[in-house]
Amino acid sequence: MLAASELTRRFGGLVAVDRVSLELKRAEIHALIGTNGAGKSTLINLLAGELPPSAGAALVRGEPLRAARPEHMARLGIGRTFQRSNVFFEFSAFENCRLAAQARLPRAWALHEPAIRCRSSSEAATRALEVVGLSERHDAPAVTLSHGERRALEIAMCLATEPSVLLLDEPLAGMGAEESQRVIELLRRLRSDRAILLVEHDMDAVFAVADVITVMADGAVLASGLPEAVRADPTVREAYLGDGI
Amino acid sequence: MTRTRRVLAIIALLVLAALPLFAGKFYVELIAKIMIMAVFAMSLDLLVGVTGLVSLGHAAFFGLASYMLVLAAPDQYTAVNLWTSLPLAVFASALLALVIGALALRTRGVYFIMVTLAFSQMVYFVFHDTKLAGGSDGTYLYVKPKANLGAWSLNLGDSAQFYYAMLVLLVVSFLFLRMLLASRFGHALRGIRSNEQRMRALGFNTYAYKLAAFTIAGAIAGLAGYFAAVQFGFVNPEMLSWHQSANVLLMVILGGMGNLAGAVVGAFALVLAQDLFSSLTKHWLLLMGGFVIAVVVLLPNGLTGAGQTWRHWRERTRSG
Repeated sequence: MLAASELTRRFGGLVAVDRVSLELKRAEIHALIGTNGAGKSTLINLLAGELPPSAGAALVRGEPLRAARPEHMARLGIGRTFQRSNVFFEFSAFENCRLAAQARLPRAWALHEPAIRCRSSSEAATRALEVVGLSERHDAPAVTLSHGERRALEIAMCLATEPSVLLLDEPLAGMGAEESQRVIELLRRLRSDRAILLVEHDMDAVFAVADVITVMADGAVLASGLPEAVRADPTVREAYLGDGI
Repeated sequence: MTRTRRVLAIIALLVLAALPLFAGKFYVELIAKIMIMAVFAMSLDLLVGVTGLVSLGHAAFFGLASYMLVLAAPDQYTAVNLWTSLPLAVFASALLALVIGALALRTRGVYFIMVTLAFSQMVYFVFHDTKLAGGSDGTYLYVKPKANLGAWSLNLGDSAQFYYAMLVLLVVSFLFLRMLLASRFGHALRGIRSNEQRMRALGFNTYAYKLAAFTIAGAIAGLAGYFAAVQFGFVNPEMLSWHQSANVLLMVILGGMGNLAGAVVGAFALVLAQDLFSSLTKHWLLLMGGFVIAVVVLLPNGLTGAGQTWRHWRERTRSG
């Protein structure tokens, strides 16, 4: 559904992402792992249109897109979450999701219709909060949510836009064991009709849910394949996983 | 709006409605002028307080509409028709805002402030340095526009009638902007102020939203500018100078940003304080500066946020 074709991004002399090609398929969780600075977040930013590529292109359903902008990608059904919780802190959890759901509704210029009476965005927001287990925090201002709850809200906002591709940048970072487990369960459920790219440092979680794993090092793809093959790959073991795995 | 605020708003409206019955002509005219400035300030609040766009060039749209009133008349002694010249003036301001906004909104933050300032100064010098409408001296307009309402005709030269027309203008502008803020469009503008990057990642074309807000704000500023020219019977380039832009920004900050009522309260506070201080001493600008600094330091949420500031302070002193 979304693919990277020889995507490259240079920052001055640094090649942050070096000719990376990968393909995200429906009903598949594609995990992306690598050390800090391997280029994982930059790759997400390229795929989400946040950054223009220096070379190569992102392909949406086979169509190459050069210099796409984030709002275009979002409208094509590519939702992303951020590594650091990037929510509307002044708004309640529900308002965050309702605003998100509003993004893809038609007639955005109907100035006489109150937003709080918009049924479809309210319903989408309620559903999204329910899915991530935040229903009880419905009216809590985002600024009062705990770290784990903010991570969950981050995902809920993305889901409220009803994306067909999810780019998740370290959704489990800083979460407790119980919260992580809930998100892992959620990813399994979301997989059924979506393509998911999961950037994550928690290896137990990655090997628990991933269908395909790509390992990045120094901006390039080191290895890519089924979890078992990646786990057994000697270069990966040496460069990243260590002997403990 | 909380219940207290609603009650206060209704009381304020009743006082304003009754004012011409007991106040002298001077105050009726002064308050009418303040109401015009309040409409101007609300339009800027849509940008600064709601969308998070600090513009220092808002007077360009106010002043252009003032000049349109003069330019629409064949000479200084011929009354124009309100119903044709007003839409013309507002349209001109909206169009100017659309063009300036389309370029300025490509920048952000402090650059946006500088670019809006630069564009408005360009408009200022167009009227200052050319012979258009009197150049740097400005032009008098000796007659008021004709405003026929069916069989009856509104006399804009009559202080009380003009006053009530401005009260209606203020209330209608306020209600229009409130409706706009409550709509999905308004919520999106608040989202842009809070976190534009996230808005784009969700699929909002934030540039289009900001441009629409900038154009609407320009149009409403034009509405205010047109009536300011009607009231003064005079236009000069000062109406679109950066002093004017700074003045209206000060009103928004003084009153409290992002809630419209703040812009109205700020307009009243600033003009009435000017009036009071200048009657006390000729060094009134010094007092004015002290007043503004005191409000900004003591009431960071502006005059309308005073209750909120007070509650925060009480909570802090209790727990601490």
